[in-house]
Amino acid sequence: MRPILMKGHERPLTFLKYNRDGDLLFSCAKDHTPTVWFADNGERLGTYRGHNGAVWCCDVSRDSVRLITGSADQTVKLWNVKTGAQLYTFNFGSPARSVDFSVGDKLAVITTDPFMELTSAIHVKRIARDPTEQTEESVLVIKGPQGRINRAVWGPLNRTIISAGEDAVIRIWDSETGKLLMESDKDSGHKKTITSLSKSADGSHFLTGSLDKSAQLWDARTLTRIKTYVTERPVNAVAMSPLLDHVVLGGGQDASAVTTTDHRAGKFEAKFYDKILQEEIGGVKGHFGPLNALAFNPDGKSFSSGGEDGYVRLHHFDPDYFNIKI
Amino acid sequence: MAFEKSDPNLSKPSKLRWGELEEDDDLDFLLPPKEVIGPDENGIKKVIEYKFNDEGNKVKITTTTRVRKLAKARFNKRALERRNWEKFGDAVREDVGSRLTMVSTEEIILERPRAPGSKQEEMKVAGDSLAQLSKGGAVLMVCRTCGKKGDHWTSKCPYKDLAAPAETFVDKPAASETSVAASGSSKGAYVPPSMRAGADRTAGSDMRRRNDENSVRVTNLSEDTREPDLLELFRPFGAVTRVYVAMDQKTGASRGFGFVNFVNREDAQRAINKLNGYGYDNLILRVEWATPRSN
Repeated sequence: MRPILMKGHERPLTFLKYNRDGDLLFSCAKDHTPTVWFADNGERLGTYRGHNGAVWCCDVSRDSVRLITGSADQTVKLWNVKTGAQLYTFNFGSPARSVDFSVGDKLAVITTDPFMELTSAIHVKRIARDPTEQTEESVLVIKGPQGRINRAVWGPLNRTIISAGEDAVIRIWDSETGKLLMESDKDSGHKKTITSLSKSADGSHFLTGSLDKSAQLWDARTLTRIKTYVTERPVNAVAMSPLLDHVVLGGGQDASAVTTTDHRAGKFEAKFYDKILQEEIGGVKGHFGPLNALAFNPDGKSFSSGGEDGYVRLHHFDPDYFNIKI
Repeated sequence: MAFEKSDPNLSKPSKLRWGELEEDDDLDFLLPPKEVIGPDENGIKKVIEYKFNDEGNKVKITTTTRVRKLAKARFNKRALERRNWEKFGDAVREDVGSRLTMVSTEEIILERPRAPGSKQEEMKVAGDSLAQLSKGGAVLMVCRTCGKKGDHWTSKCPYKDLAAPAETFVDKPAASETSVAASGSSKGAYVPPSMRAGADRTAGSDMRRRNDENSVRVTNLSEDTREPDLLELFRPFGAVTRVYVAMDQKTGASRGFGFVNFVNREDAQRAINKLNGYGYDNLILRVEWATPRSN
């Protein structure tokens, strides 16, 4: 395949997100400006100016009207996707690390980092249909985990919030009361910081990637570990294909690899694994630096990866990708 | 009662009756139908139309177009609307030559992982251990796998690399090591490791070169002949590393010739001797060395 290279960011990428229809790709990077691209040809549509710090995460509403971004400048902003205008700003006491819209886009879960005396926390905010009615108030604030919470997402039917972070423990909280429902087992779970979490298309299971060079697949209701995928590099980003049973891992530092690979394209690759067999299917090379973000188009026919090199690479699969057999 | 015969010739502008017409004039005013050929595998589509030009001559017009599929935009109505949104933010001042978005110049593929103990190595060791045994003396065993008498046992048959069981791979290095020791000591003179029989040659490039020297060209093949057919035909003569049949891309038929690479030159020679002039699928095969200079 011929990947499309998009160099809109001058700093490393942090997050990538497709909208529900699969025609727009939102990219967040450390350069303060989230960008939106057309997902078929990589043409840039626009940028959202306003943040003063690295943008760590974003999410887009199902109708692709509203964008929410979390940034290191201690704010979370709501934007109009079409015009790029800022609709509202939530202020926090510490950098916001992860944002996620609920099903129905009426609520959003935001995590904040530990900063000075503040511990990390998970906030749930109500999102009003009309931006003028938006208020700052939190519906729920959950504190508890030690260390940074790298990712928090809504569980099935918005009943739970799933969080994962630096302490390598995955926690499931009740979204109405804030009570801790379940915790992943310290022995069977990850051993190091969990860097990324990605839900399946139907929300029934999710994938976590960690610096311990593995990724694990969990059931979202019972928090039992289903599968484990092992790589040689710390995992920074994970994604699941909505169409085939494939899992993609993107990672990190090239400590021991002294390979004599192609000097033209970069050596850092996105590794594809069979979701069920846990075996490696192959790798897609190209990035010149560690991969920090991965996202699959909801139609499953293309995916994009964002790296430390500031490039977003958009890959449309060749027809023979769909016929791969182990 | 008199019937009106429906006479097709009544529609003709001339007043000739059909019996007086000459054969080739008959179709003069009829144009052949429009043909559409394609799009073929390169996306080339040809449309052939016939019409009368101003002088009343029949002309053939061939239009060749290239049909290319671009990445499909979503069918979704809202997605199509979004396609027409105005640029905002930093993209407003974007000029066409900004080259933010580029298609990669290289083709990137999903690279499948190589299995450990790659086939190249297996073939190399097999070839050398076979050489060992043939030098070591005749052992009257029939190899079950390739059916060849005398030279080797089944456990050392190189066709195992096609089935690739792990245990046999382990057996072979042990065997070649012992035979290396034997030959070294019996000679008495010092043989450098790289020149000893069964030596581990680098990268298999030597192997490949030798293979190309042991290449046999087979001509006058029938249309349906494919690689497996040649393999089946040449296997009885010895270890075959590669078979190739030249194929016509458009029709999928064999172009009538192919190549077979043997591990051993003696096998190749015997194959040439036996199969040259052999009747195969109603054609007489011509089998000879691939390069004109065989030694």
